[in-house]
Amino acid sequence: MAEDNKPAPASGGSRANTKKELPEHFKAYKHVWVAVEIEHGQVHSVSFELLGEGRKLADKRGVELGAVVMGDARASLEAAAAQCFEYGADCVYIAQDAALKHYRNETSTKVLTDLVNTYKPEILLLGATNLGRDLAGSVATTLQTGLTADCTELAIDDEGSLAATRPTFGGSLLCTIFTLNYRPQMATVRPRVLAMPDRDEGRTGKIVEFDPRLVETDIITKVLDFIADRDTDKANLPYADIVVAGGLGLGSMENFQLVKELAAVLGAEYGGSRPLVQKGWITSDRQIGQTGKTIRPKLYIAAGISGAIQHRVGVEGADVIVAINSDPNAPIFEFAHLGIVADAITLLPALTDAFAARLRVNRLAS
Amino acid sequence: MHIVVCIKQVPDSAQIRVHPVTNTIMRQGVPTIINPYDLFALEEALRLKDRFDATVTVLTMGPPTAADSLRKALTFGADRAVLLTDRYFAGSDTLATSFALSMALKKVAEEFGKPEIIFTGKQTIDGDTAQVGPGIAKRLDYNQLTYIARIVETDLQTGTIKVERRAEGGLQVLETKLPVLITMLEASNEMRRGSIENALIAARAEVVTWNAASVGIEDLTKCGLRGSPTIVKKVFAPTARSEKAAIVAAEGSVNAKAVALVEAIFEKTPAVEQELLEQAAHHYV
Repeated sequence: MAEDNKPAPASGGSRANTKKELPEHFKAYKHVWVAVEIEHGQVHSVSFELLGEGRKLADKRGVELGAVVMGDARASLEAAAAQCFEYGADCVYIAQDAALKHYRNETSTKVLTDLVNTYKPEILLLGATNLGRDLAGSVATTLQTGLTADCTELAIDDEGSLAATRPTFGGSLLCTIFTLNYRPQMATVRPRVLAMPDRDEGRTGKIVEFDPRLVETDIITKVLDFIADRDTDKANLPYADIVVAGGLGLGSMENFQLVKELAAVLGAEYGGSRPLVQKGWITSDRQIGQTGKTIRPKLYIAAGISGAIQHRVGVEGADVIVAINSDPNAPIFEFAHLGIVADAITLLPALTDAFAARLRVNRLAS
Repeated sequence: MHIVVCIKQVPDSAQIRVHPVTNTIMRQGVPTIINPYDLFALEEALRLKDRFDATVTVLTMGPPTAADSLRKALTFGADRAVLLTDRYFAGSDTLATSFALSMALKKVAEEFGKPEIIFTGKQTIDGDTAQVGPGIAKRLDYNQLTYIARIVETDLQTGTIKVERRAEGGLQVLETKLPVLITMLEASNEMRRGSIENALIAARAEVVTWNAASVGIEDLTKCGLRGSPTIVKKVFAPTARSEKAAIVAAEGSVNAKAVALVEAIFEKTPAVEQELLEQAAHHYV
């Protein structure tokens, strides 16, 4: 593929579209929307995180926050709508159709595109999950508008435009991207990049019913089955309270076991930096960082990880970051809260023992 | 059967360095590679070639030097390489990129036969957007299958394909009709080695090279920076946090250091200790 989201050269080239000249037919576009992700009747937490952020954007713009829910079962759609109100939505658009039982690109693209063309939101946010990325790319292309992937920060600038910041160049730098002259302004955000908003219990809003007018026999792609992952070995890094991770400083795949042992004592999830996936020491679902999983644990212990920017942006939401690295100049000490200059390979087993002893002793004392 | 694999030549991003003062990318001497995710797409195409005696065309958009990556793909066993290159494409975002590539794919269909399957990797390692594949599918009106972990069955007689797609908490088993655009998940297969015979062929092979005009793009405002609805206004390094890590400077044995670190961690986050103790107590009841 060619130049995805590559920043423009500083000089040369046409910069004709860097000024906001919103065409007349886009001026009716208003309101901030979140396309809610529902699978197997459950709303993905990333949708609530987006509603929390969307609420701030809508307030700044003085517009409504809308949520789009799609599915086949009335009860789960209404339950999802109720949750959306409690997490900040003013208005929920319900698209109910038997053909929306499972996510499919074909059906969801059509329904979301039709909704946008009917109700004209100025901002449309989706989760940067497999589902959200599959859908966002199709919708943006159909609408011929701009889409910024994997944003780490969303804001409204002085002219009222969406300023979407994301890492660029493999996570070496950040860039802020605008869609000035097209609507809606679209962006995706990974799970856990944004904080979970407080739930305002009992809060309600208005419901808009939307008839998707889908006919199953017209839909080419069929869902034949769903093979659920086995529970064993399933990583849930984004929502873990404690995470222990290793990097190249561990020296070998065998030594990664030390990370798992510490994680076991702490009841933590474990993961690793990007190079470990490339070396085959861990599977990609355990990769922590911008291109892997973003985490927001209460405690994050990074052993033998140098702390490249792409790793940093994936862990910055942690309450406490603890760095173990033998190099006192490692960049991780720039953003960790607590650090120790030590060889991870020798310190990790001692740390596992020390935690175990401490938790045992204090349990007896209390 | 004709299969096209869209690949991208990317900087080996682990080696990218940023100038500490100017915040610009130091490109000098940065080696380029085929986007690693695209290799899974290429291998899957080559497996179908082995099975159905298909023709595999690799397509890339990029600077003239991207021909290197195309030749590399030929050494793995692709049959034909097409390079789309034009200065008008510079600064393309994903929408402008999918436009240019879809025009090239239409030309590929005219010249070499309509592809039943277009493969891409799930995303690139430099852009990481995963948007160009879906963009191409939409523009060409191909059925779209992203994050495919496995192709279960391809039936050319009925023109159907059955796949396993990575979804939240499991694999979705989908069936759709050809033509289809598939983005392959990483680790879905293992790349074969290139053969010496293919390497010799690749070295001599002609890379079909097209520009905007030759793929029939008349409206250049749809290309490059001008054709990109997204505008990059600012590129910057993340600000350093005001305070650096508090360093636990324990002396003595590694055990003493570990105890000191545990002490410091729980001092910083007493709530975590409390929760762990409660869990431990529960565990021992």
